[in-house]
Amino acid sequence: MTPRVTRAAPLAALAVALALPLVVPNEYYVQILTQGYVFAISACGLNVILGFAGQLSLAHAGFFGIGAYTVALLATKVGIAFWAGLPAGIALSAVFGFAIGSICLRSKGHYFAIFTLAVGLIIHLVIQKWESLTHGHIGVIGIPGPGAIGPLTFDSGIARSYLALAALVLTLVATSRLLRSPVGRTLMAVRESEPLAAAVGLDVMAAKRMAFTVSAALAGLAGGLYAGFIGFLGPEASNVEVTFNTLLYVMVGGIGSLSGPVAGTFIVYGLSQVLQVLQEYQMVIFGLALVLLILFMPSGLAGAFRRSSPQALKPSSPGRGK
Amino acid sequence: MLLEAHRLSKSFGGLRAVDEVDFTVAAGSITGIIGPNGAGKTTFFNLISRALPATSGRITFDGQDVTGLQAHEIARRGLARTFQATTLFADATALDNVLVGYRQRTKAGLWDALIRSGRLAREEREAEAAARDTLAVVGLADLADRQARNLTQEQQKRLAMALALVARPRLLLLDEPSAGINAEQTRGLIALIEAIAAGGVTVCLIEHQMQVVMHLCDRIMVLDYGKKIADGTPEEIRQDPAVLEAYLGHK
Amino acid sequence: MELFAQQVLNGLVTGSVYSLVALGLTLIYGTMQVPNFAHGHLYMLGAYLSYTLVTTAGLHYWAAMAVAVVALAVVGAALERLIFRPLRHAPHLNSMIAALGVMLFLEAVAQIIWGEEFRHMDSPYAGVVSVAGLLVTEHRLILLGAAALLMVGLLLFLTRTLAGSAIRATAQNAEGALLVGIDTNRVAMTTFAISAALAAVAGSLVAPISLVYPSMGSLVTLKAFAIVVLGGMGSVPGALAGGYLLALAESLGGTYISATYQDLVAFVVLALVFTFKPSGLFKEAA
Repeated sequence: MTPRVTRAAPLAALAVALALPLVVPNEYYVQILTQGYVFAISACGLNVILGFAGQLSLAHAGFFGIGAYTVALLATKVGIAFWAGLPAGIALSAVFGFAIGSICLRSKGHYFAIFTLAVGLIIHLVIQKWESLTHGHIGVIGIPGPGAIGPLTFDSGIARSYLALAALVLTLVATSRLLRSPVGRTLMAVRESEPLAAAVGLDVMAAKRMAFTVSAALAGLAGGLYAGFIGFLGPEASNVEVTFNTLLYVMVGGIGSLSGPVAGTFIVYGLSQVLQVLQEYQMVIFGLALVLLILFMPSGLAGAFRRSSPQALKPSSPGRGK
Repeated sequence: MLLEAHRLSKSFGGLRAVDEVDFTVAAGSITGIIGPNGAGKTTFFNLISRALPATSGRITFDGQDVTGLQAHEIARRGLARTFQATTLFADATALDNVLVGYRQRTKAGLWDALIRSGRLAREEREAEAAARDTLAVVGLADLADRQARNLTQEQQKRLAMALALVARPRLLLLDEPSAGINAEQTRGLIALIEAIAAGGVTVCLIEHQMQVVMHLCDRIMVLDYGKKIADGTPEEIRQDPAVLEAYLGHK
Repeated sequence: MELFAQQVLNGLVTGSVYSLVALGLTLIYGTMQVPNFAHGHLYMLGAYLSYTLVTTAGLHYWAAMAVAVVALAVVGAALERLIFRPLRHAPHLNSMIAALGVMLFLEAVAQIIWGEEFRHMDSPYAGVVSVAGLLVTEHRLILLGAAALLMVGLLLFLTRTLAGSAIRATAQNAEGALLVGIDTNRVAMTTFAISAALAAVAGSLVAPISLVYPSMGSLVTLKAFAIVVLGGMGSVPGALAGGYLLALAESLGGTYISATYQDLVAFVVLALVFTFKPSGLFKEAA
């Protein structure tokens, strides 16, 4: 793509996104759109650790759950409003991300994936079983949504969808600045070859831990928005299945590419919500899609559309060795 | 002495890959390590660059004990290395590769990247200037924007040296610089190594081609089965009976 | 004391199932370096096949199990040939993601065929016998015996036959195995088939004493991972001992400490092992 096209494409996408809530047939679609934005933020978060740093973290939904429950419980138990709860949720997810990353990242490759899968399950089971705090299976009900900021109110579905869109745009700006900086280059180096990265003086562990923390913080942001928008929160929000879905979004869109996870989320989540036929056979198709993608198109749609440009990071093989 | 190893050992299971090796590199010198295949040369490099933890022994760099440091920490103190199989970030451009090598000298972190701080911009300019200079030193100035995987074997070797050199190390470890390239290219590489050494970088290299070692090195250490069997000037090594024995015995 | 003995027995029964599943997982990891996240789902398929053949086709329990075992062996071989072999030289992330895809796919297929509801099948061995004062259903005793026999058989196969030695050699050193002329593709396919068959046996054995449902494999996979990490990735004795140990810990911990967090035991154990030994308790054979 020429520089002019690369610059115009995000603006065009943004214009479409701004117009969408106004043209979709009814409130139901506005809600799907809003959810799509929220899951896309989470997918961008997974992409930071998986795509940029090459580590398959399967604890992602756990961080989503921590962000969501922080917002929900602060609001319903302590009476802290959404706008104060959300930063708290992001911060708590990041703190957990930092601590868990410090431990899990010492294991490599398969071990890291298995370790984080166990950690994700532990977070999920604790949320599910700690009934005095989280109400277990019953969940948290009546979570207040985002309150008004000056003249801006967020009570309508459309207003909330714009809020979610704004958060997604911020996420994309942040991840793109991250990727196109020396920090992003460091992550690329770590992903491509840890021994070489260490030999040129890069602190591999610190770089991976940073990516893991950012990834957890973005999952926390998505989780917090989710809790505030839906108004109800159950332990399923932190289920490992949510991690697998997010992984699918990232894989379909293109691992390691900036906007791929967003496109992937809208294709997979959008299709599954809009097409009734798909709903029943959804996971058969998606499971199969995941396998076929990894076999025949490991860099996802972004890889299929993109000729490797100098800026582009290698999308197809984000990890090496065992 | 810039680098000193005292009774350095490494065992893999029951196998002593490096066995109580004493070794020194004088500042400003070019030192060679030779030995038959499987003598433990690369393992020895991995030990002094801290890519592998030593089983026992001590390493000092510039008078300081560095035995417990991690690989990236010793790299930041000025010990750079290349790998035997030319290792690069294959999909990044030559320039981006060298920029990664300069990263250890810059401080901008996550926040600088997110807010695009002035420090980040300043460091990026500084890094790019250093990277382009280093690419010019190794003779790749015109290929800065080419992907590393699209360079020839010889160019990749030069790029790997640029990657190691850009942060201005004091000691450069080269693992078989002449492997996989022809005689003419080897001559070019020898000239480059001499230029690097003349520029004030101490060099230590593992090499199979005897004429390269004899030509370049001030001192040579010979390893065999993980043990040091000889140590001296090229002339002394050439006449050392133990070395002859080791080489002839293996052939 | 009786409660204790009862819980030990329960632990041994569950442990037999865990060990059979973990054995397959560790063999696949050892020979192919693939953490097969779909392994518990093969166990689930085995349980469903036996269930269907017994309840709708009217097959005898053992005949149904035999069919399930053969069917799963074919499924396992196909997975190896169609998915994991082409990915062998790809980055390790790819085979992990493929395994996750297979997992999602198998669970969805089971949901479409059998629905979400819990299924139950009766064992032909419903009688209760008294063993040293403990009342035990015959099926549990048969399960214990059958699993033990199968494990002994597998060990004999791995140590006494040429094909078994090839699997062990590959598990210990894949490159070395290739050098000495072992056909690693064939070994991988055999390993996958055997591992899937073991999972089918476990699923068929457990079906009459527990419930059958599409996601019954997820938790088992994770527990099998905990076992394999504990016992050493690729280690057969480790998987055997680890399976029984984990099940005993769960059943005793669930009784004497807290039943609520019983399922957490495995993951906490796994997390603890990795926290203190980031590359597992036992180094992989290099």
